[in-house]
Amino acid sequence: YRRERSLALRNSSSALYNNLAVLCPPARPPAFGAVHGTILSLLGSEGPPRQLQARGGGSALSTPLLTQAAWCELPARVLLVLTSQRGVQMYESDGSTMVFWHALDIPEHPAAHSVFARGIAAAGGRFICVGTSFGAVLVFDIPPKGTNVMLNEVLEQHRDPITDIAAEQGQAPDGAGDLVTADDSGTLCLWSTGEEFTLLGQIPGSGCTCSSVRLWNGIVAAGYGDGQIRLWEAGSGRICAQVSAHARWIYALDLAPLTGKLLSGAEDSFVHVWKLSRNPDTDDIEIQHCHAECVTDTQVCGARFCDPAGDTFAVTGYDLSEILCYGPA
Amino acid sequence: QLYDLMTMAFKYQVLLCPRPRDILLVTFNHLDAIKDFISDSPGILNQVDETFRRLIETYNCLSDGEFQLIRQTLLIFFQDMHIRVSLFLKDKVQNSNGHFVLPISGPVPWGTEVPGLIRIFNHKGVEVKRAEFTTAGNYVTPQREGSFELYGDRVLKLGTNMYSVTRPVETHTSGSSKTLASQAKENIAPNPLAKEELNFLARLLGGLDIQKPAGGDTGFRLNLFTSDEEEEHAAQTRPEELSYKVINIEATQEPGRRAELSRILGELEVEEPRPGSAEKGEDLLALMDGL
Repeated sequence: YRRERSLALRNSSSALYNNLAVLCPPARPPAFGAVHGTILSLLGSEGPPRQLQARGGGSALSTPLLTQAAWCELPARVLLVLTSQRGVQMYESDGSTMVFWHALDIPEHPAAHSVFARGIAAAGGRFICVGTSFGAVLVFDIPPKGTNVMLNEVLEQHRDPITDIAAEQGQAPDGAGDLVTADDSGTLCLWSTGEEFTLLGQIPGSGCTCSSVRLWNGIVAAGYGDGQIRLWEAGSGRICAQVSAHARWIYALDLAPLTGKLLSGAEDSFVHVWKLSRNPDTDDIEIQHCHAECVTDTQVCGARFCDPAGDTFAVTGYDLSEILCYGPA
Repeated sequence: QLYDLMTMAFKYQVLLCPRPRDILLVTFNHLDAIKDFISDSPGILNQVDETFRRLIETYNCLSDGEFQLIRQTLLIFFQDMHIRVSLFLKDKVQNSNGHFVLPISGPVPWGTEVPGLIRIFNHKGVEVKRAEFTTAGNYVTPQREGSFELYGDRVLKLGTNMYSVTRPVETHTSGSSKTLASQAKENIAPNPLAKEELNFLARLLGGLDIQKPAGGDTGFRLNLFTSDEEEEHAAQTRPEELSYKVINIEATQEPGRRAELSRILGELEVEEPRPGSAEKGEDLLALMDGL
């Protein structure tokens, strides 16, 4: 890989997990989004850059902070989802119209802990799942068009704030489930989606935050606060591989489903590209290091592939007012 | 300028914490320094210790994830602040564009492993393969963890005295810093008003004989530079072209004026700290009386 052009952002990126949203429409340049405090900066495939504001600042309350943004690709439509300290906002994919707003239940007597939504994924061809700081995962049923979004189910399994959610990007083996949710204690839950979600298994955490997670062909790839990447077999919950990948907290993971390439970005200024594979003799899942990039003097907070084969990727960093793009060497 | 300096130092300490939990160690470093300043005043010392205990009670039990949330929220407050601080520029912890230098070497945070190892496990959970990868980073294992107790070695240097080596400090909002010598050269034409200004100053002071008390360092010495070192440095690097005329200021000695000014100067003296006052109540009253 080598560094290509950079895209200027109107605002710098905030230090938040998974702080880069990418939409890769076929045969068009990708669209990007990065969170800056209360604002989402959008760089569309076409048209001028746009900014979306967090919603829910009441009369005496200041505008809530956004925690994450992601495009959710469903068969019928693509929605842009924003999570904040107040709730969940869903827009049409170009950010032009708000489709749905869900306010979190803020407890009457504010506890010592902060309240927010975080963790976004499209699942089961029909749902959008959003995590909360209570540990609950909200499952929204999305109609093929229109604004009639319904809260279908609330999954209450995690005890710690949700950090990330990921749906199966490849082919799930039998019994492996097609959704994984992760939280601040490092606990991972595996679900089978449907009218009613079923909990298939739980991989207990050790207290170390899992900040980013991906699911591919029944393999869970998880990035942790201690700089480790761990690969787990979704069906059995057993560990497949452990990588001392970064010297600081991992903030972002992404996976390219056509090739099994894995991208990791962390506070240590490094972005690494790895390759997942299955050993034909032993049938063990393996991972090898492909490439390293150092973004000098920057704590990386977002990293995403920009194509399904993983030939290109983009990176954001705290206090950086641009999106760095990398392509084939 | 003081606010800018404080803000950038605070941002630096939060940003460079190896672990989010180390924000607490930085806080403890600050408190340790404060306790050192007031070590003679048991009353205030008790209050600081009490604050310390409350911090320990409230924050020691938070998870790493919660500390990271605190840190991320603080970083949102500091976002886009890139004021250049000459102390940081000199020490090469800040770039000329105002962004902080993030080293890719040194000890990894406590609880993190040095990057480079890949371990593969089979379906029985047994490690079957090891591989290594290398990067530009040059990390080592840390020696020990800092202490989160009331007393202890914090290990972390963030939050300790930035000024432990004396140097002048200014904040820059634009442009580059010029050396003192070049600045002096620019002002080579002697300012005709300079002599008049100095004479006026002398008349105001009334030609006092300021007697330094026998012991202690009280009293004032006028330094027109930012620090003692700068004054010395300026004396040594003063260009030859500037005249070395020494202007002797003989101010008139009016007895009445002098007595009045002596009294004022006496009030300006810094008092020696009172040895071992017992009650905090007493101290507070004395403080209020002095107002």
